[in-house]
Amino acid sequence: MFSDPANLTLANMSELLKKREISSEDLTQAFLERIEGLNPDINAYITIDRAGAITAAKEADKRLDAKQGEPLTGIPIGVKDLFCTKGILTTCASKILNNFIPPYESTVTSRLKGAGAVILGKTNMDEFAMGSSNETSHFGVVKNPWDKSRIPGGSSGGSAAAVSAGMGSATIGTDTGGSIRQPAALTGITGLKPTYGRVSRFGMIAFASSLDQAGPMTKTAEDAAILLQAMAGHDPKDATSIDAPVPDYMANLGDGLQGRKIGIPEEYFASGLSPDVARVIEDAKKQLTELGAELVPVSLPTTKHAIPTYYILAPAEASSNLARYDGIRFGYRCENPEDIRDLFFRTRAEGFGNEVKRRIMLGTYVLSSGYYDAYYLKAQKVRRLIADDFKAAFSKVDLLLAPTTPDTAFKLGEKTNDPVQMYLSDIFTINVNLAGLPAISIPCGFDKDNLPIGMQLIGRPLDESGILSAAHAYQQATQWHTRSPIL
Amino acid sequence: MSINADTVKHVANLARLNIPEAEVGSYVDQLSQILGLMDQLNSLPTDDIEPMSHAVDILMPAREDEVVNGDNREALLACAPDSEQSHFRVPKIIE
Repeated sequence: MFSDPANLTLANMSELLKKREISSEDLTQAFLERIEGLNPDINAYITIDRAGAITAAKEADKRLDAKQGEPLTGIPIGVKDLFCTKGILTTCASKILNNFIPPYESTVTSRLKGAGAVILGKTNMDEFAMGSSNETSHFGVVKNPWDKSRIPGGSSGGSAAAVSAGMGSATIGTDTGGSIRQPAALTGITGLKPTYGRVSRFGMIAFASSLDQAGPMTKTAEDAAILLQAMAGHDPKDATSIDAPVPDYMANLGDGLQGRKIGIPEEYFASGLSPDVARVIEDAKKQLTELGAELVPVSLPTTKHAIPTYYILAPAEASSNLARYDGIRFGYRCENPEDIRDLFFRTRAEGFGNEVKRRIMLGTYVLSSGYYDAYYLKAQKVRRLIADDFKAAFSKVDLLLAPTTPDTAFKLGEKTNDPVQMYLSDIFTINVNLAGLPAISIPCGFDKDNLPIGMQLIGRPLDESGILSAAHAYQQATQWHTRSPIL
Repeated sequence: MSINADTVKHVANLARLNIPEAEVGSYVDQLSQILGLMDQLNSLPTDDIEPMSHAVDILMPAREDEVVNGDNREALLACAPDSEQSHFRVPKIIE
């Protein structure tokens, strides 16, 4: 009955399921068929769990029939292959985990399943979430549905491409330096990175533990609110999880922009912005003013130091987190090791890809004796300055507006041999991770080649409601988020 | 600060990564390039700044010291590349 479930939002589907105009099984079946048709080309999924999804959909239909449904009951979603899912292959897009079937469930997927969501499969990503283009995956590159010669962004590139191409009602991604927002912008979808600590990291395969945060990737801000509601909240299993009440995001969604002050940080509009992005963001500013917001110029002077700061701290944390992959307790082990030393060295050399090795080397170096103070400690101090910039700005404004990326999606292979150029593509997103703030990227226009452009709204700590309602107000007044690629 | 082949080999040893001799040069180049990017931080005075190790200033929570995971030995051992009689198996360590 569903030739094309791709045109519905998650909220639409929820309504139709509740009214019993559609069944979760039919909906799930339609998405699975669409995924099976498109995946050989787009490569958005590493694992498709057809059997598990159909079983979960049938369960959901029973609950819906009994009028016991919640907003997510029976909703088919994709989950980044970085969340441990009990009994389902979880690879983090790495050869070193290519046989790992977790014996436990992450808190995020456990909560989503508890809320009735149907997991269609595990989405592709950069290996260990290290990348900005989804080209470092052991399972192959993901293509941007808007132009298949281009990258979808990363590291949650599979999750982004899946939503953009209608291979799931929504997906879950993770964001360490922009890995939800940057691919969301480059594929024309909505992506929310919550406040650090808002969503539990338990069962998320760690990259940089002081920066990693999970969030929804959706067609609309409303869909993001529905998913965040299920994901957010304190978890005793994550020591950095914030013990604060979770607001009713749907109830606050209609708060609007009247009288709210939006800061425009000058450093994000300096050199390096493509003319198309600059033009589109100017239009968005006008639109936000028409919706009642007041635009206020602000300055975040430490912005330009965020990239070196991040590329010290994140690899340092990664080198320590990835020490666990030793070929002994789980995951890949090299063939016929001569001795224990050979086992460690060869397992890791064969199991990790080039970008992961580069970051382990970099992280090990900056943490090594003699360099710790010069790099790691210095970066931790600059991180404080970056966070203080935001604090000062938020004493004057309620939100900040910035482009999500300096340019639209680049070509596959364009930056793979130049790590520094690749790292610079995160320039507008990583500040937010260093400061631990919530931010949402939403579509706000297209460039001359019909490639999507995104803008981000950054909020105060724990003010997901504020950025969701601002994004929702913008989406009520504009149509950019309703466009989809022709496939 | 500059990186040479000896530094790359030393760091690779610390990181337990087998790096073939032929690849050492490209690591020297790429890491030097990336660390060049880092050196711009030296222009920023930070003497009186408190290092920030986490995005949220929260204290490490404590809980009762009791087993909460239950007995999942078999499930965990099932993930191992090689195990025997409830132990992980590795090549011989002691001569």
